[in-house]
Amino acid sequence: MIAFGPTEEQELVREAMREFAADALRPVARELDEASDLPSELLDTIAQLGLVSTSIPEAHGGGGEPRSPITNALVLEELAHADAALALAAMVPAGFANAIADFGTPEQQQAYLPALCGDSFQACAIAAVEPGAFCDPELPQTKAEPKGNDAFVISGAKAFVPLADRASHFLVIARSNGGLDAFVVDREARGLTISEREKHMGLKALPTCGLELERVEVPASARLGGAAGCDVRRLLDGGRAALAAVMTGVSRAVLEYCIPYTKDRVAFDEAIARKQAIAFMLAEMHIETEGMRWLTWRAAADLENGRPATRSAHHARTIAADKCMWIADNGVQCLGGHGYIREHPVEIWYRNARTLGVLEGTLYL
Amino acid sequence: MIDFQLSDNDQSRLDLIRQQALICRQHARYYDEHEEEFAPELIEEAVALGDPSKLPGEPSPDDSSLPVMAMLATMGQMWGDYTVRARRPEAALGNAALSASGTDQQKMRWGRENLAMAITEPGCGSDPSKVQTTAVLDEATNEWVLNGEKIFVTTGCRSTGGVVWASIDKSAGRAGIKSFLVMKDAPGFSVSHKEKKLGIRADDTATFVFQDCRIPRDQLLGGDEGIAQKGSGGFRGVMKTFNMTRPATAAFGLGITEAALDFTREQLEAAGIELDYGAGVGRQSALADRFMRLEAYFESARLNMLHAVWLAGEGKPNNLESSVCKAHAGNVVRRVISGCIELLGPLGVSREQLIEKWMRDSRIVDIYEGTGQIQRLIVARGLLDYTREELK
Repeated sequence: MIAFGPTEEQELVREAMREFAADALRPVARELDEASDLPSELLDTIAQLGLVSTSIPEAHGGGGEPRSPITNALVLEELAHADAALALAAMVPAGFANAIADFGTPEQQQAYLPALCGDSFQACAIAAVEPGAFCDPELPQTKAEPKGNDAFVISGAKAFVPLADRASHFLVIARSNGGLDAFVVDREARGLTISEREKHMGLKALPTCGLELERVEVPASARLGGAAGCDVRRLLDGGRAALAAVMTGVSRAVLEYCIPYTKDRVAFDEAIARKQAIAFMLAEMHIETEGMRWLTWRAAADLENGRPATRSAHHARTIAADKCMWIADNGVQCLGGHGYIREHPVEIWYRNARTLGVLEGTLYL
Repeated sequence: MIDFQLSDNDQSRLDLIRQQALICRQHARYYDEHEEEFAPELIEEAVALGDPSKLPGEPSPDDSSLPVMAMLATMGQMWGDYTVRARRPEAALGNAALSASGTDQQKMRWGRENLAMAITEPGCGSDPSKVQTTAVLDEATNEWVLNGEKIFVTTGCRSTGGVVWASIDKSAGRAGIKSFLVMKDAPGFSVSHKEKKLGIRADDTATFVFQDCRIPRDQLLGGDEGIAQKGSGGFRGVMKTFNMTRPATAAFGLGITEAALDFTREQLEAAGIELDYGAGVGRQSALADRFMRLEAYFESARLNMLHAVWLAGEGKPNNLESSVCKAHAGNVVRRVISGCIELLGPLGVSREQLIEKWMRDSRIVDIYEGTGQIQRLIVARGLLDYTREELK
């Protein structure tokens, strides 16, 4: 059935997230961007929303609600509507937890999920991006070599690992046995060096670091999915769909900021919104935002219903990356010189849109 | 519920429509090159395959709503050919206006006629409030007397009549415009010619001329003579019909575009170019990368169209969304087909293939049923909460 109606429950979640994001995230977004800061008190407030724990089985200390990539997409759009960096910060551990829940063995679930269900924020992250140009997460340079039957040795480097300054565990994507695998690596693992905080154009409030893995030895039980391994492509599909949801939120934020601004701003004796040059820009920003949202939902629905999602996630991410950048660009243009000043949020959204469009694997729906 | 998976019933219906469409497509080139002829009312070989509206199985709760399926079916037909269809639709645009604004009596009497919609004139298209055609009531005979000319009337030659916009009081502006049911046998009504066009050549696009054309008084659509009452009679009623016809127009173009994408994909496969949707951009050939992008634009416009009609199926207003999807599709369809031709190279413009025709056919989508610019005006007014006066 073709249907675009969130369930009543999903509408309630969406409403609650919208409210929380407007009250708790948007007001601090500029300050945290300027300071490149992510206070742990804010993260603890976020943890109390239960974004991570809700869908973790009760046996592992979670809420036991069904896993829903669709609901997660709705949540991400609302959080990112307030601020994309904080939305990512909030949902990065959920991505880690979802990956463990979807692909992990019962032992792995028991080992890692309960810690993510507490009242205080627990950071864990997926490490997919690698340093250097033209990064392709399906062709990592990072390698995992079996050592005997009960261990792997991982060597390589990762970049743009979110929350790496405080994460207790990383899910490191690596090449092994000619295929792709993901390994849970403890922050304290011998041979793992976490770099200084990286400096980026956008998402400045989100701390990211590089990882150096120098012959890091992990037990065979650290391989996600155990002997069977895991479907890394699906993990990346879920990441692309999640980023598309974030970019949908950013796009909507830009449009909703520009509407009152252009109605208020007067040039040549009338509101600039009354000029077709501006009004048509707004119309197209809306048209593209709608389209990217449905593409995101379709990819999320494919993930939720166990259908192949590579194509739909690719479509969602392609359109979202392309159009979110274009929308943010128009947002700056709508505000003219004011859009260039670090006072209005369109300036943040412009930097964030460019950054989001090139990310991989930081989230997982 | 959020879902994008077709049920088995949905799918088998669309499969049948596609089989029929493929047969119709065999006639596409002929009628493109024989513009003066009319495509047949039905293609027997295609009709013989069965009636897609009659499902073989029991209806299921997983089936898509009627408006959604209607649009997917429309896309399926257009995937074959714009004009040559298994069975030509009995109803035309004027019928939509009749069912939206006619009195019960009028619907009974003219519901089975094929009614064209005659709005555009040589001097006015996007601003129909400026129609020059007049209707004057002759109290002595109880008849309306129409004078004027209507152009670009779709199905104008083959329709049995039309819904015609005319002003009964030019000083009243939009409020003075009413719709009239005019049958072809009315005295003073003539159909002057079929237009020659860039695309959709087989389609019947005609000019209506009214010279002291007389019709009975009760053929004013809606039967309401409350002259110059704001919002009464034709204008608003007809605008309401656009909420389904605009998504339908988008679906026309999207169906053609899907054909172009499918053709291009076949050519890529034949050339051994793999489409790997998970591979990073560094591993993609330029052809594959650009093709997948074109596909993404198409999918985005297709979902905007389905969203607009899904709302209609839910009984929710979709005025803004109808314009969203029409504006979006109008732009996307021609960009995507043109982009496919760019990838295909000279083969793409060869008249041995149909894709050059598809590009010409689809160019109309951003023009009729309100140009892309008119749709953007409507969308922008909705977003900004502006009236027609505040944003024109």
